[in-house]
Amino acid sequence: MKTSIALAGILLAGTSIISAQAINGAGATFPYPIYGKWFEEFRQKNPSIEINYQSKGSGAGIAQLTEGTVDFGASDMPMKDEQIAALKVKALHFPTVLGGLVPTYNLPGLADLKFSSEMLAGIFLGKITKWNDAKIAKANPGIKLPATDIIVVHRSDGSGTTFVFTDYLSKISPEWKAGPGANTSIKWPTGVGQQGNEGVAGMVKQTPGAVGYVELIYALKNKMEYGSVQNAAGVYLKANLESVTAAAAGAANNMPADFRVSITNAPGKDAYPIASFTWLLIPSQIQDAQKRTALVSFLKWMLADGQKDCAALGYAPLPKEVVARELKQIAQIH
Amino acid sequence: MGDEIARLVTLAFGATVVLITILLIWNLWGTSAPSRHKFGLGFLWGTNWDPNANDFGALPFVYGTVMTSIMALVISVPLGVGAAIFLAELAPPGLSSGCTFLVELLAAVPSVIYGMLAIFTVVPLMREYIEPALKGAFGYLPQFQGPMLGVGYLTAAVVLAIMTFPYIIAISREALLEVPRDQREAALALGATRWETTFKVVVPYARLGILGSIFLGLARALGETMAITMVIGNDSTLHASWFAPGYTIAAVLANEFAEATGKVYTSALVELGLVLFLVTIVINALARLLVLATTRKGTAKVV
Repeated sequence: MKTSIALAGILLAGTSIISAQAINGAGATFPYPIYGKWFEEFRQKNPSIEINYQSKGSGAGIAQLTEGTVDFGASDMPMKDEQIAALKVKALHFPTVLGGLVPTYNLPGLADLKFSSEMLAGIFLGKITKWNDAKIAKANPGIKLPATDIIVVHRSDGSGTTFVFTDYLSKISPEWKAGPGANTSIKWPTGVGQQGNEGVAGMVKQTPGAVGYVELIYALKNKMEYGSVQNAAGVYLKANLESVTAAAAGAANNMPADFRVSITNAPGKDAYPIASFTWLLIPSQIQDAQKRTALVSFLKWMLADGQKDCAALGYAPLPKEVVARELKQIAQIH
Repeated sequence: MGDEIARLVTLAFGATVVLITILLIWNLWGTSAPSRHKFGLGFLWGTNWDPNANDFGALPFVYGTVMTSIMALVISVPLGVGAAIFLAELAPPGLSSGCTFLVELLAAVPSVIYGMLAIFTVVPLMREYIEPALKGAFGYLPQFQGPMLGVGYLTAAVVLAIMTFPYIIAISREALLEVPRDQREAALALGATRWETTFKVVVPYARLGILGSIFLGLARALGETMAITMVIGNDSTLHASWFAPGYTIAAVLANEFAEATGKVYTSALVELGLVLFLVTIVINALARLLVLATTRKGTAKVV
């Protein structure tokens, strides 16, 4: 008797899993911690909707969306025109949170180094090779700089982080734009490649004279020292959640209707220059009415209550202007 | 009847080996088509790897793969074979079995663990001591010039040497223990010293097994991915200096495949996989030839 009840229970549990609406997505790894939290919180509020997410990388997310093996994608870089052309169903870009990148370096005793834009471009182009270079001294008056070699450390794995950083360098340096350019993987003019934020941070930490870039979240979680960066208005800013959100607000005025926008080197004196959105890619036509309703209600919840989770996890929340425009875009999902 | 069934079943098992090989080549060949058509054979000696310009060449990766593997063997073969001779011929039995246990343990350690050891120990050692010493002694050679980063071809080779070392010891030792006792006794009876017996009789007798251990080490070195990508510096520019960062085929595949966008880029990475397959086949073929040559030489001596 007992076993038959248990069996019935298992069978019932089974049917409830089947009847729950399962939505599958794949893509960027950078927002995975907050996406995981969102999907779980949303499932608790709406037990009938279960959203599964595989953090396989932005490229894989776009590829799977194109093949139609997932219900939605996620990416750290906006889709390119040729990627959009390959889609069977038009996809809408929904910015979800913001991230920033910080320069990290290893110069014992020199805290809060200032990075001017010409200095960053020069270092990563391999044109500035010593720490006591005149351009570095110009940005850091009154600081005694050592005559050591600069060792550039960059990401070796294809990454949205590299895209954001090289996109920023392309905006501040014509030479960078014409040379290495912006992409998830590029041909680096100089330096050493390491895997992941932890690889770059580890290499910088143990190599005197090294400089690299890591995600702000990673730097905050690991209490790393990092430098301030000169923004488009000429102000030196240290990255934090406010200055990253300000970058999005600064760019909001010139934002295209489809949200495919880079907010690196954004205008405004409070805007941190190396910042980026990360996007959910939602098909504009969803045949399955249940899935459509579920995704729409998730998006609405994410833009309101979901945003409140950002700060605790180290992500910068979306500015109000962007949220308002995204709410309008939801109406385009049919 | 039973024999016939056994024959067919084992034949099917045997056929899977052939099938997997054919499937692998067919798959790599097919998926790499866009890149093969665009770059032709020039892919093999192209030195540029620029995902933004959609221009790809394999040479920096082939060079890095072959170079680090050969350097690794130059370090690990004398050490490994020497240690095997000690363990098989000279060490007291207790020490020998203890060491053998450790060697087999080392051979089973996952490569990412070696990578961590490398990052925290080998890289600083290379940067602070070994590379400056080499630069001081051989700084006039281009191989030992340039900034000493601690990561690069030489460090990768040292880490590969550490990783292939247990394989070479374990299998060489087995081969030496296989040498029949009467061979040793005969040599000793002829008045050879222990040393002469080991080097003129036992080691030549076991040379096929020792060569086998070296090829196995080489195979591991050519395909090693995780540990290498952690220490080689992942730079697709060709450098003459051994201190400079480089790249291997397996490392670039691990790094760039997941986020590769566009047909040509993805297929160029697949073609690199095909090239690694070719490099492995060529090196294995050369190794076979070497075995044949030494076997003939040995026979001639006996006659």
